[in-house]
Amino acid sequence: MNFTFTEEQLMIQQAARDYAQRELIKDVIERDHKAEYPTRHVKALAELGFLGMLVSPEYDGGGMDTVSYVLAMEELSKVDASVSVIISVNNSLVCYGIEKYGTEDQKQKYLRVLARGEKIGAFLLSEPEAGSDATSQKTTAEDMGDYYLVNGTKNWITNAHSGSIYLVIAQTHPEKKHRGINALIVDKNTPGISLGPHEDKMGMRSSDTHSVMFTDVKVPKENRIGEDGFGFKFAMSTLEAGRIGIASQALGLASGAMERSIAYTKERKAFGKFLFEHQSVAFKLAEMAVKVENARNLCLKAAWLKDQGLPYGFASAMAKQYAADIAMEVTTEAVQIHGGYGYVKEYHVERLMREAKLTQIYEGTSEIQKIVISRELLK
Amino acid sequence: MKILILIGNVPDTTTKVRFNADKTAFDPTGIQWIINPWDELALTRAMDLKETTGGVVSEIVVANVGRQETEGTLRKALAIGADKAIRIDADAKDAFYVASQLAQVAKGYDLIFAGIEASDYNGSAVGGMLAEMLEINSVSAVSGIQIENGNVKINREIDGGSQTIALPLPLLAIVQKGIAKEPRIPAMRGIMMARTKPLEVVQPIAVEPKTNITVFTLPAPKAACKKIAEDQAKDLIYLLRDEAKVL
Ligand SMILES: Cc1cc2nc3c(=O)[nH]c(=O)nc-3n(C[C@H](O)[C@H](O)[C@H](O)COP(=O)(O)OP(=O)(O)OC[C@H]3O[C@@H](n4cnc5c(N)ncnc54)[C@H](O)[C@@H]3O)c2cc1C
Repeated sequence: MNFTFTEEQLMIQQAARDYAQRELIKDVIERDHKAEYPTRHVKALAELGFLGMLVSPEYDGGGMDTVSYVLAMEELSKVDASVSVIISVNNSLVCYGIEKYGTEDQKQKYLRVLARGEKIGAFLLSEPEAGSDATSQKTTAEDMGDYYLVNGTKNWITNAHSGSIYLVIAQTHPEKKHRGINALIVDKNTPGISLGPHEDKMGMRSSDTHSVMFTDVKVPKENRIGEDGFGFKFAMSTLEAGRIGIASQALGLASGAMERSIAYTKERKAFGKFLFEHQSVAFKLAEMAVKVENARNLCLKAAWLKDQGLPYGFASAMAKQYAADIAMEVTTEAVQIHGGYGYVKEYHVERLMREAKLTQIYEGTSEIQKIVISRELLK
Repeated sequence: MKILILIGNVPDTTTKVRFNADKTAFDPTGIQWIINPWDELALTRAMDLKETTGGVVSEIVVANVGRQETEGTLRKALAIGADKAIRIDADAKDAFYVASQLAQVAKGYDLIFAGIEASDYNGSAVGGMLAEMLEINSVSAVSGIQIENGNVKINREIDGGSQTIALPLPLLAIVQKGIAKEPRIPAMRGIMMARTKPLEVVQPIAVEPKTNITVFTLPAPKAACKKIAEDQAKDLIYLLRDEAKVL
């Protein structure tokens, strides 16, 4: 048992904190309001290496461990979850998927540019009628000999507009059900791809979400990941890793809201006393701290297991479910502690609360995480 | 051209300062250590110079006087981009002691950067002392530096304006705010490479510090704000100009 971080892990945490507190904070409210993509920040974070921090240096990544990733995601998410989801999707879904299961050619062609952050990746699993139930894919990838012909619609796709390398999950052999699904790397510029309008979201407004339509899109055979029919397994394995990213994002939303609350209770007075001198407020802070610490430990445990090469799906589901749920609770309490000031944008906590809600929904809802966890218990 | 940057290891600027029981020493329990902010800016500027002068700057070395626990600070400097670090293995007792130790390793550099002060003891003395020991020129309150044809051009903030001077090398520049805009954030690649860069540990020479600390006292808590009566609005202008110096 060792709870100490290495010097490098602390340096990465500090680098993420410095960037978030110095740069992201400057325009986070405005970008949220205008639903504006953080182009400048994505470029700067790519130069610092965050977009591909988990990828091996062999493919131009940062070669950092998952524990460092948790620390970085927490710090960025304290200020700006829209930016951190862009990093999370690129790192732990797209890059991870290609690095773990892709061919050497695919890695040379796609992973390098993704790891450098020169191109951004998107992960296309959800459909209008296939969300939690990802097995019922309606998008088809028909086998045409030397290419696949893709038709269908994907929904709620993060980085759909800003990204240019798509990982698309589609059905090739409907009769085989989820065993007939394939995962394909698709260049967004391929003819036949079109985007729906920008989704006008409650939170994470600075990240772009669109539906994506495929009409007779030709995808070369060599762009399939793994064996024929590996797509569903691929998606589930990738999401297992992705959950650590979203869990850490939820953790950051919670700890960010808590830090703001602590600071506020030292500034604001009511009935002649600072807020923190009212015990019921102090107790709220104590409850937040316990939840945040629990969430952090779950995230770090899942990350540590992954770094050790041990099974981590159970741990990452727990981390995702717990961190997302407490992020909602903690951010809601943070708004309460701020009173009327909590309800306006200037004080940040209302945004954190809007963003926390999404962590309970995407990359597997909290209910789906409980299905994963309970199934494991009853094995 | 070789550049040396003196790196102070100081408590994080948000630290709540505490002293030991008899108030003669700082209590370092639970402190997070950082690179002295002025030194970090100096390093940032040195990196800019190295990257923009096309090979003129051949090497950037950082050095400090401190025990092993200060190596984190040096490795951060390596992660930001310094090529090599030197640690003189001793407690930083006072400015004279520190300057004397640094003098052993500071020979042969064209340009040396020292922070105008350390954000902990605010001594403002090491840079000047070191330049004297090395018998090289020094300039203080440097807020800008450019390299042109082997010479340096320096900007200094002076009361009510600024001054530009040209100087030959070698030179010790005592830098202040403005030397670089914001300290550089180390990139992943830098953090990874810091592992493999040399960090040399040098034994201290025998020298006695010239001062000893009798007592530390904390400043009185800051007054929240100054109230100015409505009919004395004029005073506000003077306060803003002469005290707050924002006008
Ligand atoms: C902003 C945003 C970004 C997103 N980004 C991406 C992306 O980049 N790529 C991608 O592929 N997807 C993305 N998604 C989609 C997201 O993963 C899905 O919305 C999510 O999986 C839920 O699916 P659904 O919306 O269809 O809800 P449904 O599956 O219809 O669920 C509705 C409700 O029913 C519950 N429910 C469903 N099944 C069960 C069950 N068996 N037991 C108990 N409860 C159940 C759910 O928990 C939920 O509360 C994103 C979504 C949003 C909102």
